[in-house]
Amino acid sequence: MRKFLAVLHARNMEFLRDRSALAWNLAMPFLLVFGLAFTFSGGGKDIYKIGIVGGIDKLAAVAPKLQSTQHLAFIPYEDLNKGIDKVKHHQMDMLIDISGAPKYWVNSTSPNGYLLERIIWGTEGNGFERQAVEGAEIRYVDWFLPGILGMNIMFACLFGVGFVIVRYRKNGFLKRLKATPLGAFQFLFAQLVSRLLLVMLVTTIVYTGCNIFIKFNMQGSYWDLLLVNTLGAMSMISIGMLIAARTASEEFAGGILNVMTWPMMLLSGAWFSLEGAKTWVKYAAEIFPLTHMISATRAIMNEGATLSQVMPDVWILAAMSVVILAIGAYVFKWE
Amino acid sequence: MSSIISAANLVKQYPGVLAVDGLNLAISKGICFGLLGPNGAGKTTTIEILEGINKPTSGTVLYKGAPLGARYREEVGIQFQHTALQEFLTVRETLAFFERLYHKTLQLSEVIELCSLSDILDRDTRKLSGGQRQRLLLGLALINDPELIFLDEPTTGLDPQARRNFWDLVKLVKSRNKTIVLTTHYMEEAYALCDEIAIMDKGRIVSQGTPAQLLAEHFGDVVLQIPYTDSEEKLNVLGIQVVHSGDFLEIRTSRLHHTLQQLIENGINLDQLRIRAWTLEDLFINVTGKKTAP
Repeated sequence: MRKFLAVLHARNMEFLRDRSALAWNLAMPFLLVFGLAFTFSGGGKDIYKIGIVGGIDKLAAVAPKLQSTQHLAFIPYEDLNKGIDKVKHHQMDMLIDISGAPKYWVNSTSPNGYLLERIIWGTEGNGFERQAVEGAEIRYVDWFLPGILGMNIMFACLFGVGFVIVRYRKNGFLKRLKATPLGAFQFLFAQLVSRLLLVMLVTTIVYTGCNIFIKFNMQGSYWDLLLVNTLGAMSMISIGMLIAARTASEEFAGGILNVMTWPMMLLSGAWFSLEGAKTWVKYAAEIFPLTHMISATRAIMNEGATLSQVMPDVWILAAMSVVILAIGAYVFKWE
Repeated sequence: MSSIISAANLVKQYPGVLAVDGLNLAISKGICFGLLGPNGAGKTTTIEILEGINKPTSGTVLYKGAPLGARYREEVGIQFQHTALQEFLTVRETLAFFERLYHKTLQLSEVIELCSLSDILDRDTRKLSGGQRQRLLLGLALINDPELIFLDEPTTGLDPQARRNFWDLVKLVKSRNKTIVLTTHYMEEAYALCDEIAIMDKGRIVSQGTPAQLLAEHFGDVVLQIPYTDSEEKLNVLGIQVVHSGDFLEIRTSRLHHTLQQLIENGINLDQLRIRAWTLEDLFINVTGKKTAP
């Protein structure tokens, strides 16, 4: 325990005194949340998702001009309420029901919904009746925040741990530690706990700071949110450790870390929903811890999900943390 | 004298390179043992195997008669040639960090005093001079009060003053009945500090003993140095072999009286004659055929 605490303390001091790295870790998520929330830069995608209830094959007959408009993706839905929920949570830009008199639903805070409403007016006139989304609508920023926080945690954990261990190995610090009675697991566990504490501290500061100005939607329990984000961070740190377990090349580690982060960013639902994506893409997204962390965080914050409701994600994150950390510790080399 | 550490039939084979080739070694307790050799001789690999950092392909290393185990880590002190430290920590924090990694340690105040660190305790370790850094690294190697200390080229890159200061520290450590294993490129350092030396080449020990023994063994003569003037021709006529060394001509002789008489009788100017003793550097070149690294 004494050795573990020594490494933990030393690593914490190193991080907290590295002012440029600390400032960047704090500033980047603030900038992302404010920048993206207010400029909606996430609207850069050119495909808008429209759910269709009542048979997608009938759409050409009911709304031919809309159906032939480019850059719109039509996704069939059986369950009207489920589709409305998707609109409410920004997972779908618009829902159209053509089972009877044509109706549509948009989230009034969604920039994509705003544009689609004007497209439907321009293509189909006033033939579609606008319906209100029942209950509190989720603002775009509320939908977006879990993704931003999740991505920040991902970068801080993967690069923060992976690069640090590779740097220690490259400059010979690990070799020096190998010459002491310190065990590999003690060293790795201290790195994990150090990074976890610092990431959660930074995330809490960022969340609290942003919340003062933006007032996030928080329907669920903060303890559940803490648990999900802690497990998410642990799983990312474990991945960082696994990548850094043997290599002494920062370039190689950087390449592998980028290979890990880009698919996670694109497929985890941080930037946009995978609604309407191909089935294999959705399955592929499930292998990433970020997908489960963001999904559970959104459920807790935006839908008020309880711990038992997000338990599948919690178990997956916990299992990923333990298994990947164990493999990382097993293959770890000091040199 | 009993050996504190010994190696038998040590072999280390890397792909395409035989770094250590059947090396046998026994280091007595309480001495300073120097391991010398040209670059690529295998001394770093050998010392890393002795430190327990590197595993041999075959052969055994015994510490106090037993294979290296968990106890070894607690009882050995190591100063690597290139060591990075945890960044953003002061000297005091770095010492405290390493102190907490061991069960049995010296008092920090003792290490601080021994290695003259009191003036730099609150300095960031990244801002230390070369000499200060080496003193700190020696302090870290001593923090667990080791019986056996490895110093791997500890003065490389230091200025002459800092190097001599470091020698004084090593002598102080040695006076506490510690066993020191030192590798160095500086022959005068080995001569000043080591009770026994081994010269390695091509993965083997090619010569081993006390510096005085080895010099006596390899050189039964002395070197006369005379200024490089017009003497060379006369010397050639006399059949005396000379070697050019800077501004001097060097004559090796085991019959000093006879050679001097010969030079005087033939009118060789001896105004600036010098008699040079053989050094470890000469020995090194003699047994390895290579000059020491600058």
